[in-house]
Amino acid sequence: MTVKDIFDTMDYGPAPESAAEALAWLVDMGDRFGHFIDGKFTAPGETFASKNPATGEVLAHISQATQADVDAAVRAARKAQAKWAKDAHARARALYAIARLLQKHSRLFAVLETLDNGKPIRESRDIDIPLAQRHFYYHAGMAQLMDAELPGREALGVCGQIIPWNFPLLMLAWKVAPALAMGNTVVLKPAEYTSLTALLFADICRQAGLPKGVVNIVTGDGAVGEMITAHEDIDKIAFTGSTGVGRRIREATAGSGKGLTLELGGKSPYIVFDDADLDSAVEGLVDAIWFNQGQVCCAGSRLLVQEGVADRFLGKLKARMATLRVGNPLDKCIDVGAIVDPVQLEAITRLVDGCNEGEIFRAPGALPEGGCFYPPTLITGLSPAATLMQEEIFGPVLVSTTFRTPSEAVEIANNTRYGLAATVWTENINLALDIAPKLVSGVVWVNATNLFDAAAGFGGVRESGFGREGGWEGLSAYTRPKTKAKALGPVTAFTGEGNPVDPLDRTAKLYVGGKQARPDGGYSRPVYGPRGALLGHASLANRKDLRNAVEAANAARGWAKTTGHLRAQILYYIAENLSARAGEFAHRIDEMVGGKTGAKEVDASIRRLFTYAAWADKFDGQAHSVPIRGVALAMKEAVGTIGILCPNEAPLLGLISTVAPAIAMGNRTVAVASEAFPLAATDFYQILETSDVPGGVVNILTGSHAELAPTLASHLDIDAVWSFSSTDLSGAIEKKSAGNLKRTWVNNARARDWYAEDAKAFLDAATEVKNIWVPYGE
Amino acid sequence: METKAISPSAVTTTAHLPQLHLPRNEGMELDLDWVASVQANTSAIERRAATLPGRRSVKKEYQAAWLLKAISLIDLTTLSGDDTEGRVNRLCAKARQPVAPALLSKLGMSGLTVGAVCVYHDMVPAALRALEGTNIPVAAVSTGFPAGLSPYHLRIQEIRESVAAGAKEIDIVISRRHVLTQNWQALYDEMREMREACGDAHVKAILATGELGTLRNVARASLICMMAGADFIKTSTGKEPINATLPVSLTMIRAIRDYETRTGFKIGYKPAGGISKAKDSLVYLSMMKDELGNRWLQPDLFRFGASSLLGDIERQLEHYVTGAYSAQWRHAMG
Repeated sequence: MTVKDIFDTMDYGPAPESAAEALAWLVDMGDRFGHFIDGKFTAPGETFASKNPATGEVLAHISQATQADVDAAVRAARKAQAKWAKDAHARARALYAIARLLQKHSRLFAVLETLDNGKPIRESRDIDIPLAQRHFYYHAGMAQLMDAELPGREALGVCGQIIPWNFPLLMLAWKVAPALAMGNTVVLKPAEYTSLTALLFADICRQAGLPKGVVNIVTGDGAVGEMITAHEDIDKIAFTGSTGVGRRIREATAGSGKGLTLELGGKSPYIVFDDADLDSAVEGLVDAIWFNQGQVCCAGSRLLVQEGVADRFLGKLKARMATLRVGNPLDKCIDVGAIVDPVQLEAITRLVDGCNEGEIFRAPGALPEGGCFYPPTLITGLSPAATLMQEEIFGPVLVSTTFRTPSEAVEIANNTRYGLAATVWTENINLALDIAPKLVSGVVWVNATNLFDAAAGFGGVRESGFGREGGWEGLSAYTRPKTKAKALGPVTAFTGEGNPVDPLDRTAKLYVGGKQARPDGGYSRPVYGPRGALLGHASLANRKDLRNAVEAANAARGWAKTTGHLRAQILYYIAENLSARAGEFAHRIDEMVGGKTGAKEVDASIRRLFTYAAWADKFDGQAHSVPIRGVALAMKEAVGTIGILCPNEAPLLGLISTVAPAIAMGNRTVAVASEAFPLAATDFYQILETSDVPGGVVNILTGSHAELAPTLASHLDIDAVWSFSSTDLSGAIEKKSAGNLKRTWVNNARARDWYAEDAKAFLDAATEVKNIWVPYGE
Repeated sequence: METKAISPSAVTTTAHLPQLHLPRNEGMELDLDWVASVQANTSAIERRAATLPGRRSVKKEYQAAWLLKAISLIDLTTLSGDDTEGRVNRLCAKARQPVAPALLSKLGMSGLTVGAVCVYHDMVPAALRALEGTNIPVAAVSTGFPAGLSPYHLRIQEIRESVAAGAKEIDIVISRRHVLTQNWQALYDEMREMREACGDAHVKAILATGELGTLRNVARASLICMMAGADFIKTSTGKEPINATLPVSLTMIRAIRDYETRTGFKIGYKPAGGISKAKDSLVYLSMMKDELGNRWLQPDLFRFGASSLLGDIERQLEHYVTGAYSAQWRHAMG
């Protein structure tokens, strides 16, 4: 093409970024990599090829870690951890040094990332690498502030981190920076398709003078991930990847006592109202679903557009799709690069080819020969029942449907197993701020999409996983309370053959939906005092009673929308009514457990109710300082319906210490009372009935913890399970929770001092942080 | 640059005229419902604008060709109180031959001129004389430029006199107060009358976007001017504190796109003021190409209102040809 020809055609030409420096680095490293363990690269072991998905060329050979490699990495991390946790300022300096080095070598990282992953160089250069740097700068600050701001917390220890291939360095940063800042050491496994920037990062750690063993990187496929997950000397697993693998990790770590955070898949709704700036909303979709070839967990992959503007909007969208340039990811003039691997390309192709509904529109324009390319694709006219409206495609494929009203938009948006992110386009602030809290997701973007920053937490609800990365809220995933808990022995019920203490039989029923209900099974068990006196009978709830209780709890979801002030009033009212009957409750406790602790326990229970009444309207969210003209509102929302196995040892205080924070934050509860001493809980029904607690907000069952726990943990319409049972059910609960990836908080057979105030822990467990990004400006 | 074979006499007078091959915008009835429904989300538009330079890149021979294209789209402008016939002659000489012939021939090009010369009314005759024998149109700023606050009948009369003097393009300024007070009917009526006064001369409506307060106002004013028959919409006089910006441009060209979708008429776009670097001109060209299509890379639908841009482009072209960075004084001044 001559200048004259181009003057006439005005075509774009090639504008390649040079790969020379990145390729030279690979050559310098020998094109074969071992693992990074204890501050050194090991000799390469058995290797596999790492390829450039745009060309199929082999970039380097990566070692498949063995059990011995993983053991060595964990040993190195363990050895380094205590010293690393000692000096917060030293950690701040190290993280700052890493951030600076990432910045200094930013182009090398960007080019290497694009070579390895296939994403356009613009994205790695302008988005991935700068965000990764920002994460280290931000968390250098968190290290510096840890002693002052998190005085009661300490590092977890050694963290195993398994990251995906879609944002290799950025996901590394999201995992490594907070872990290191809080004094943990890490063993990280990058995805086998994309290990190179993690290995370059290892090189950076050496240059930053990071103490050996603080960061260890082992490479390989899922088998290595399993070794990390199963490793006995790892304290916490952090995983980002598919929901399927996340579920397996939940099962594999169940009962191990390991901490776990999961950032999984999504089918995030992208809602366009008829008053939106449609051109901007179209452009937003480019950043939502054609960013990184749509291989983004929070991709706005499900378009919901209001009927009145649907035709216009889809017309604009198709026109925009025609100007997307698909091609060589290293070209600076390319919008859509290569799919990460032929396997993924195959998966996308299969899903779309299997779609026999709606209308498929593919962006016109030729795809490059060879390499893993898939055209930007739009499928219109689908209904929520269509497979592709429900299943994550993880490719550049947008599916769409229409809605009529805001409430219908919310209904369709929430009609999903996932809950990672959501996008709302409207020029009406009333509508935007009304819709955002109603969307079931961890992140909501208003009039924008795919905004990320270290200062704002990121993470999901439902089967998109749990835990947050970024912001203050992200630190709890890498710290624990400093207090050391004692082992919790079994607490068993007394037996006896004595006469009833009260000749008038009072059979305690179950408390479901604000009413006392007979147990479905029709069985009760006697409750004896320490000297064998028959105190009464307690119903034995079965799985159907539990099902009924969950239905009642879910019917009471309006509780979450009540004001904190109202919930406080009700909690105070409960305290007031309990106080009026303090003597009776104290007597009952003394009768059941023996001794004279009843009065003390009732007093502590009233104080506890006051504590959570106080918090009900004070557990505020935050306005995060993110680098846009706008605000990220970190709003604390109720988790939903929480199933609670109450502690045996404190029959009233245990019930109140768990249920009160849950309902104070707007959750509904299904509590299984102290198995050994259930009658304080059953007496409590009357307090609830006289305290204006709406039916269904608190449901109380009595019966066997061991029998009810599996049903509770596997119930797909319960959002969280807490277990403080002295029966060790932690492993069983965690394992069964994998079904819908509900949040779990289990005691791992550790005792808790129920007289100690630990409100923050309970309030945190009772809430999810949703980050609502609201850019503004007129 | 249009190079269609037409009769020699026509070449000298009309080849660069806007919308030579397109039906001229007839305008339409004022549609206030449409105007009211126009949205422009500032932060989203700014985000898109901020990423534009990073999304597109043209290199080597492509860059050279694109820069030559940019030259062909320049309205070479002098709008100063101290303009004289001599000054205008110098500018017109540059307009005829914006790039040194030796340099141009090394690029395999010939006959390149700028898109138009833009002057005040009093300088129109001088410009016409200086451009005689070329097909470069003379544009006159009008209607009490830049503030547009002289007596209304004089503003209309000024258009007529400039057209009578031979200006083929009239750059009018709108009454900003009509936008700021949302008096769309008044804006529409004013634009209609100005368009009529232009006769066959093409009219560019200067919105003075730096004085309109919001992008929503920019979008609505753009639409009104097109409804009232503007051939081009133009950002600025060059005299406002803020002139052409990428967010404003995105807003205006999206309005152009919507207007075309609704009416079928293609309206031209002219960013003016503040575009002084070769690299900036490339960003504008890629924005026009991606948002509106290649058709908007021709002088009948796109112009740069610029005075110092040409000098920077010349230096970049010499760099492309020689591989050495150039100096400003090596290129003829305008």
